[in-house]
Parts: sequence; structure tokens; C-alpha cells
Amino acid sequence: MTDTTLKTSGWGGSRLFTTATVQKAVAFVVLIALLAFFGLFAPNFATWSNMVGIMQATAVNGVLGVAVTFVIISGGIDLSIGTMMTLTAVVAGLLLTNLGMPLPLGIIGAILFGAFMGSISGAVIAYMKIPPFIATLGMMQIARGLALVFSGATPIYFNDTPNYGLLSPVSSISALIPGLEIPNGVLIMFAVAAVSSIVLTRTIVGRMIFALGSNEEAARLSGIKVNRWKILTYAISGGICGVAGLIVSARLNSAQPALGLGYELDAIAAAVIGGTSLSGGRGTVTGTIIGAFIMSVLTNGLRVMGVQEEWKIVVTGAIIIVAVFIDIVLRRKA
Amino acid sequence: MKKTILTSALALGLAMGAAPVVAQETYFPIIAKGFSHQFWQAVKAGAEEAATRNGVTITFEGPNTEAEIDRQTDILNAAIAKAPQGLGFAALDSQAQVPALQQAADAGIPIVAFDSGVESDLPLTTCSTDNIAAAAAAADALAKAIGEEGQIAAVIHDQTSATGIGRRDGFLNRIAEAYPNIEVVDVQYANDALKAADNVKAMLQANPDIKGIFASNEGSAIGLSVALRETGSDIVGVGFDSGRTQKDAIMDGTLLGAITQNPVGIGQCVVDSLVKATKGEELPEVIDTGFYWYDQSNMADPTIAAVLYD
Repeated sequence: MTDTTLKTSGWGGSRLFTTATVQKAVAFVVLIALLAFFGLFAPNFATWSNMVGIMQATAVNGVLGVAVTFVIISGGIDLSIGTMMTLTAVVAGLLLTNLGMPLPLGIIGAILFGAFMGSISGAVIAYMKIPPFIATLGMMQIARGLALVFSGATPIYFNDTPNYGLLSPVSSISALIPGLEIPNGVLIMFAVAAVSSIVLTRTIVGRMIFALGSNEEAARLSGIKVNRWKILTYAISGGICGVAGLIVSARLNSAQPALGLGYELDAIAAAVIGGTSLSGGRGTVTGTIIGAFIMSVLTNGLRVMGVQEEWKIVVTGAIIIVAVFIDIVLRRKA
Repeated sequence: MKKTILTSALALGLAMGAAPVVAQETYFPIIAKGFSHQFWQAVKAGAEEAATRNGVTITFEGPNTEAEIDRQTDILNAAIAKAPQGLGFAALDSQAQVPALQQAADAGIPIVAFDSGVESDLPLTTCSTDNIAAAAAAADALAKAIGEEGQIAAVIHDQTSATGIGRRDGFLNRIAEAYPNIEVVDVQYANDALKAADNVKAMLQANPDIKGIFASNEGSAIGLSVALRETGSDIVGVGFDSGRTQKDAIMDGTLLGAITQNPVGIGQCVVDSLVKATKGEELPEVIDTGFYWYDQSNMADPTIAAVLYD
């Protein structure tokens, strides 16, 4: 019983896994189709500089998408990721600018703080039995309030940390390979995605997260310490939000305390478009990254074509519904 | 009755050492559109300065973001319930909050609007920047810098508020009227600095011949400067308001310059007008608190430096 639950729920050739792969493949085809469409019909779309622009516009949403993917696979939801990103950016600002700490400490501090706040969400969900939607809705407000309090409702600038740009706009790789001007923020997104993908598919942590999302009761009965793994899941999500906070504040060279509202919905949309099922137990990090790219290609493409912002929002909404519909159809077949 | 107790309690407070300028201790709640932008912090500073000068008590509140009209209405209702001697209000929506203001007016509370006007005659006066004239000045500066011909674009902070509409129309109308050889190829909306940056990059991508871009508030101007820096573009960028990012961008030449309002003056005007209203003085319908164009050449001038904020 235990073994089968774990195997079919998680990874390694189960039918559920196959469905997620199919959906990921669908998302990938959609992404290629969008690129082809805009390449043909939007003049000036298909240039290298625009591709770099799209990648850079994807970085923050992609990282947040990965954060929320962990939680959604575990059968939960995290509405706090947008404001948590802002809060960690403010914490980085406090450590680096106000306390004058060296850059590595600022980076570690922001990520650990995110993980700490995430673990609080996890503990509230696990021990107080508050549904994740409500618990993280509360955390969303707490993080937003703390970001304003910690910063004194004032942006914190990183002018005293000249290397801070290394975390986003600077392209270190172009120094090694001239012409390949991909900003570091984008590379960080890919690195976070790669590590997260390995954690989810090849480690005990990933197996437990999938087990929680597939059937929490079965996981509990089979002796898994459900509460602890839940807390860890939200802590991972919070820590990854810390990475997003570093990328966004490095790009703007400032921690903007009012930023971040609504970012959680874009991140959840990226995960869902990429085939992560909101009912838990199913999803991939690569799918989420593809989902995030679909959203930013759409935004960029429609803008380059001169379509107004309002319509882009309408189109993104429609795509989310289509993606969930595909999810339902595939699940019915499986 | 309740008011009498309050008044005597406050009078006691006065006797114990508060600045005894007016006979009765006066309390004005000031409700802004937000408080996280530096602009509002500067308005607050001006209001507090005027409050100390006039010996009145104020509170300065606002919703977290400039989209929360309902939240602001709650704050407004709570303020009216305290039966203050006057009320300063910057409406997030020029029409939706008129009923709540009517309650205040019915209770005999003098109202002074600021920043954005209210479409009603309830406020005794409105302390604000003439956004249309200010954006027209930005248009003139941009036009001059590109030799009065070529393609330009604009990033506006939102499409519904009075300031967003005023600055957009002020800018576009001035270009249309005065510069026949300038073509506006794109107008996008973004208040979030990150989204504004990606917006501007897409704009430059779609229109490689753009010679200048106008950004209508601090958030969109940060986005504009980030985008110009990242693309290495040398087009003319013109901003609005200040904030350290924008000031730095002007100093290093990424942006040509910007329009600054007089937020400190707006805050002072609100409190001073309320004090005048409680004394029964007549107030003009609108008090223009002014604006300035600033760039590298005049940023250090005392008049300009006083209204710029970090």
C-alpha cells in the first residue's frame, strides 16, 4: 500500500506523471506557436535583443512560479509569494544598505528570511489546521505590512553595494562568450529551475511533496510526518521568493516596498499554464518555466504589435482557462 | 456633550504645554491616496510643518495602494466619525466618494481637497498641481530636445485617475497642438516600475525610430530609466515627480529631466486652507500649488532642491 501510493503519486513512469508530461508538451508547442506567430506578424519581434528582453521580463515571474509550483504540487496554494518577494527585497536592503553587510550575507539573509516566513505559513497550515488559501492570504498581508514597516514606506537603494547589479541586469556570461548577453537574473532563474526540478524529481523531499499532494491521508497513514514536510514545502517556497526579491531589487537598484501585489496570481497562472494541477500531486518545474515564458511572450508580442495592455490581460485570462480545461480533459482520459 | 468633554480634555492638553495658537484645539484628519510613494511622504511633511506652525493636530493616512478606493472610503468614514474640525482629502475616484463627503458636509465639517479634485462643490477649495499644464511643460521640454520632429511615446501611470488622465491629455494635446512634425506612436500604461521597464523595452522594440518617451509618475519614470539603461538607448527620456532613482538618472544623463510638483506645498496648502476655513475665511475654488521643470542644470537650486525628495 505504502509503496504503491508513493510510486504512482510521484514520479518514475506513473500514469499521472505522463499526463503532466503531455500537458507540458502542449504548453511547449503553444510557446513555439506564439513565437512563430509573433515572428511572422509583429515586425521587429524576432530579434536577439527582444528575445533577451523577453527572458528578462520572465525572470521574476519564472522564479515565483517555481516557488508556487512546490506548494501547489503538495496540494496547497501560496498567495503570499508576491508580497513575500517584496519583503525579502526590503530585508536585503536593510542588511546591505542600512547595516552595510557584505553582498553574500545580504543574499543569504534575504533567502533565509523568506524561508523563515514561509515556514511560519507552513506551521500555521499544519498545526492550526487553517486552509492554505486563508493562511497564505493572511501571510500576504503580513508580508506587505512588514515590508512597509521595515522600510519606513521608503524605497531602499543599493547604491552602496555596487556589485548588487550582478544579481540581475549585469550579464557575466557575455564576458566569457562575447555576444551572448543574457542577464544574470535570467541565468539565476534557470539555475533555480534546474535545482528545483532535481529536488522535486530525484530526492526524498520531492517524493514527499508529491505524496502530500496526491493523497495526504494515505501519506499520513503510511507513516510520513505530514506536518514537517508541509512546513518544509512552504519554507522552500519562501526561500525561492527570496531569490525573486533579490532579482527584482537588483534590476530596479532599489527595494520598492509597494511592489509585488498581484505577482502571486501571475506566478500561479504560469504554473497552471505549464500543467501543474491545482488539485495537487501533479506538476513540473519545466512546465512552469514554459508557462512563464508563454505569458511574457504574449505580453511582449501583443505590445510590439501595438495591442493595448487591457487586451493582453483578457488574452492571458482566456489562456489560463484553456490550460485548466486541457488539464481536466487529460485527467479524465488518464 | 461628547464634544465638550473632548474639547475640555484637549484644552487641558493645551494648558499643559501644547502650542497655544488657536483658542480651541483643532484636529484635521488628512487622507491621502497612499503613503508608500515618496510623493505622499513629502505631502505629509508639508502638512506636518503647517500643523506645527498653526498649532493644530493632524493625522495623515491613506490606503496601501492607489487602487484601493473602497479602503480609502472606509478611512474617510472613520475620520468623519471622529467629528473633526476639518478634513483634507485626496480622492482616488473623483466621483465615487462624493456620498461619503456629503456626510461630512452635512455634519458641518469643512473639506479641503488636494492632489486630485472631487467632482462636486463640497470641498471649499482644492490644493493641487495643474496636471494638464505640468504635462504640457514636459511635452515642450521633450519636443525641444528632439528638435521638434520625429516619433515619441508615453508611459502613463494609469488610465482612470484624474492625475493619469490629466497628465496624459495635457501631454498629448500639447504635442498635437504645438508640434505638427511630432508623431505619438504609442501610449502604454504602467505604474509598477518593473512592468514599466518591460513596457518601454517592448515599445522601443516595436518602434526603433522613437526619439523620446514621457513617463507620467515616479513608478513609470523608474521603469523608463531602467529600460533606457538596460538597452543602452540614447533617446530622450522625460519623467515626472522625483525619487532617488529618477534624480540619479537625470544626473547621469539617462533621463533629460522631469517635472516636479510641489508636494510639500500641497501639504502646507491643505492645512493652511483648513485653518482659514475654521476661521470663516473665503477660499478660492482651486489653489494651484505649482510645478517646476528640473534637469542637471537646476537640480541644486534651493527652490527646486526643496521640493525634490529621495
